[in-house]
Amino acid sequence: MDQTQSFWQFVDQQSDKLWSQTWAHIGLTMISLILAIIIAVPIGVLIARKQKLSGIVLGFAGVLQTIPSIALLGVMIPFLGIGPKPAILALFLYALLPIIRNTYTGIMEVNPAVTDAAKGMGMSNWQILTKVELPLAFPVLMAGIRTATVINVGVATLAAYIAAGGLGEFIFGGIALNNSNMILAGAIPAALLAIVLDFLLSLVQKINLKSIRVTWLILPFILISTSSFYLLPTQIGGKMLGGFTPEFMGREDGYLGLKKVYRLGIETVVISDAVMYKAAFEHKLDVISGYSTDGRLKAYDLVILKDDKNIFPPYYAAPVVRNDVLQKFPELEAVLNQLSGTINDSVMTSLNYKVDQLKQSPEKVAMDFMTSNKLYKPARNGTKGTIRIGSKIFGEQYILAQMYKILILGNTDLAVATKTGLGGTKICFDALTNNQIDFYPEYTGTGFLVLLKPDIKTMNRLAGNRDGVYQYVSQAFKQQYNLKWLKPIGFNNSYALMMRREQAQSLSIETITDLTKHLNQK
Amino acid sequence: MIKAENLVKKFGSSTAVNSISFEVKEGENLVLLGTSGCGKTTSLRMINRLIEPDSGTIFLNGTDIRSQQPEILRRGIGYVLQNHGLFPHYTVAENIAIVPRLLKWDNEAIRKRADELFQKLNLDPSLKDKFPAALSGGQQQRVGLARSLMVNPPVLLMDEPFGALDNLTRISIRKEFRLLDELVKKTIIMVTHDVQEAFEMGDRICLMDKGEIRQIGTPEELLFHPANEFVADFLNEQRLQLELKSVLLAEVLPEYGADNDHPGQETVTVWDQMETLLQRKNQPQGSRADEGLTIARLMTAFSTYKKR
Repeated sequence: MDQTQSFWQFVDQQSDKLWSQTWAHIGLTMISLILAIIIAVPIGVLIARKQKLSGIVLGFAGVLQTIPSIALLGVMIPFLGIGPKPAILALFLYALLPIIRNTYTGIMEVNPAVTDAAKGMGMSNWQILTKVELPLAFPVLMAGIRTATVINVGVATLAAYIAAGGLGEFIFGGIALNNSNMILAGAIPAALLAIVLDFLLSLVQKINLKSIRVTWLILPFILISTSSFYLLPTQIGGKMLGGFTPEFMGREDGYLGLKKVYRLGIETVVISDAVMYKAAFEHKLDVISGYSTDGRLKAYDLVILKDDKNIFPPYYAAPVVRNDVLQKFPELEAVLNQLSGTINDSVMTSLNYKVDQLKQSPEKVAMDFMTSNKLYKPARNGTKGTIRIGSKIFGEQYILAQMYKILILGNTDLAVATKTGLGGTKICFDALTNNQIDFYPEYTGTGFLVLLKPDIKTMNRLAGNRDGVYQYVSQAFKQQYNLKWLKPIGFNNSYALMMRREQAQSLSIETITDLTKHLNQK
Repeated sequence: MIKAENLVKKFGSSTAVNSISFEVKEGENLVLLGTSGCGKTTSLRMINRLIEPDSGTIFLNGTDIRSQQPEILRRGIGYVLQNHGLFPHYTVAENIAIVPRLLKWDNEAIRKRADELFQKLNLDPSLKDKFPAALSGGQQQRVGLARSLMVNPPVLLMDEPFGALDNLTRISIRKEFRLLDELVKKTIIMVTHDVQEAFEMGDRICLMDKGEIRQIGTPEELLFHPANEFVADFLNEQRLQLELKSVLLAEVLPEYGADNDHPGQETVTVWDQMETLLQRKNQPQGSRADEGLTIARLMTAFSTYKKR
C-alpha cells in the first residue's frame, strides 16, 4: 500500500499475475462465447423456421439477461461448485440472447424472394441455410456476437468472486484495499480487451460476402485456439485449497503475511466472502479467510485456526465519536461505555448468526440482548438534541448501532437518528469527519491499517498488540481528526483462517503452524 | 407434357385453388391470368412443389411429380420470379451458375453456356463480375431468365416475370423474350395479372377467378367466344387492343402472310403491323412484305374479318 508507487511500477511488479489474469479472462470470455455461438446460432435458426417458438425463446433468453450477474453466479455454486465452471456457464447464459436474437433477425431479414428462388432452383434446406440465409444474415449475426463479447468481457470480471480468476481479482482486490493502481491494472486491460476483441470481430464482420464459406470454417478455429490459453490456470491440485477474498490476498496482515511469517504454501483461489463460507462447508474449499465473529462460522460449523504467530492485528470494536459532540453532551460517553465488556467473540458470533442465518432483524436481536443483559430502559423521549449514529453495511454494525440507540434513548434525554448501511470504511469515516454523523462503531485494526496507514516499522512494532494498537489509534485520531475512541466493546472481529471442524479435528490442526506443517508433509 | 388434375389447395379456411385441371402441350406457352388472390400463383407453385396440393395430381411427361424428390424435380424446371430472386451476395456469374453447380457441371461447361446465353439475351459480358444490386431492372430480369435457362430445362415456370419493371422496359423486354429462340421451343407456364401481357405471350390463356378456371383457350377464343359473362367483362375494357393483338395479319389479309421471301411473317399480328406502319410512315417504300399496305386498308380488312 505504498502510495508513492506508480502505476507502471505496480504493473511491472505484478506482471506475472497480470498476464495470468488476462489469459484467464480471455479464456473465460472465449470459451463461454464459443459455447454460446454453438448453441445460440442453431436456436436462432430454429426459431426463424418455427415462428411460434420465437416469442418464448427470446423471452426466456431475455429473462436470463436480466438476472443480476452476482446472483446468477451465486445460484450456480450448489450445482457446479466454485471456479471456472459456474463462471463459464453464467457467461454463456448472458451471451445467448444477443446471438439468438441477431441470428433470428438476420435470417428474418433475408429477402423472401431470394430464399424462394433458392428453393425453386432445387437447393436443399441445408444448402439454403448455409449458402443463402447464413451468409446474408452474417453481418447481423456478427453484430450479435460482438455485443455478446463485450458483455462477456465485462461480466467476466465478476468471475473473480467465485474463484474463477480473471482481471476481476485486481479490480475487486484494488477496491477492497483502496489501491487505485491495482484497480487500474485490472480495469484497463479489461477495457482494452473489450475494445480489441470487438475490433477483431468487426474485421471478421466486414469480410467480403464471397469468402464467407471459408470464414465459417476459420472463425471457430481461431476462437477455439485462443481459448486453449485458458487451460493454463484451471488446473487446481495440491493437498488443500485455500479460498481468500481479493482484499485478504493483497494484505500484509493477510495472505502476504501468511506466506512470509508462517511460510504457508497452499494452493489458493480468489473468491468473494459472500460465497466463501458456503464453499468451505460444501468441501469446495478447505481453508478460508473469514472474520472471527461472522455468524456463518456457526452456521457452517467452521473452526478458527489459532494465529499463534500473531500476524492478524487485533480488530477490537469501539465507538469512534466526534469530540465536539462529547463536549456538547458530556453524559454520552458514560452511556456508550455501558456496552463495553458485555460482548465477547462467541457472543458476537451468535448475534451475527441470528441476523445472517436465522434472518432475525438487527432491531430484535439488539433488543433481546439488551433486555437479557439488563441494559434496556424504556425510552425517555427526550428532546435535548439528536445523536446521529452511523454504521457500515453489514449485520454486526447494524446490531451495534441498534444497541447504542437503545442505550441513548433509555439513559439520556437525547433523540437518535440512525444512518445505517454507509457502504465501507471510507464512506463511514468521511461521513464522520464531515459532520454527517456523530459516531459509528469502528475496529482498531481498520483504524490502524486502513485509515492511518502507518509505516512498516510501526506496523511490525504493534502487530498483534491489542492495547498498543488501541493506544496508537486513540492518540492519532485525537490529533489528526479530533475524534475519540471510547472503550472497546470487548470482541475482536479480525481476520482468521478457518476450516471445517471435522477436517481440522481429524488432521489435529489447531493453529496456523499446524496447518503449515500438515501441508509440508510429503 | 404437363397435366394437372383436380388440384385443391386450402390455406386455413380459405380455398386458394378449388379443383382445377389443365393441360399444357410440349412447346406451348400457357398463361395463368387473373387478379391477385385468384389462385394463379398457387397453381404455378404446385408444379415445382413449392406448394403441395391438398388433393389432386400433377403429371410431368406422364409421371406423377410426387414420385421424385422435390429438389431433383426443381432442378429440372426453370423458375423465374417477379423480383428476380438473384442472390445479392453472389456475382452475376455465380448467380447463373447455381443450378449447373447443383447438377455438378464442370466450370468450362458453365462458362460456355453462360457466354452463349449472355449473347442471346443481349447482356454485356462485363456484367458477369458485378453484384445484382449494380444492375438495372431490365438487366436483373435478363440475368434471372439466364439463370433459369442455364441447364436448358424443358419446362419453364415464370411468376410475373416482368412485374417489377417499369412500363417501357416491360414492353420492350417482353417482345425480346417472345422472339428468343431459347424460349420458343420451351413449355412455359407463366403467371400474370396483365391482360396485354397474357395476350402477347400466351399461346393459350387460362383465366382464373376465386380459385377456379373461368375459361381456358387461345386468345381469340377468349375474345370472340367467351365462355361466360365473367370472361367477357374481364376483357371488355381493352377489347379493341386485345383483338388487334390476337388476330394475325395473315388471317385478315392472306396475301401479306408468310411466303418464302419473308420468313417469320406468320406470327405478325394486326397490332404489330400497325406499329410497323406508323414507324415507317416517312420512309421510302422498298421491297417489303407489307408492300402497298396502309393503316386504312388494314383497319377495313380487320372489320370485315370480325364480321365473318
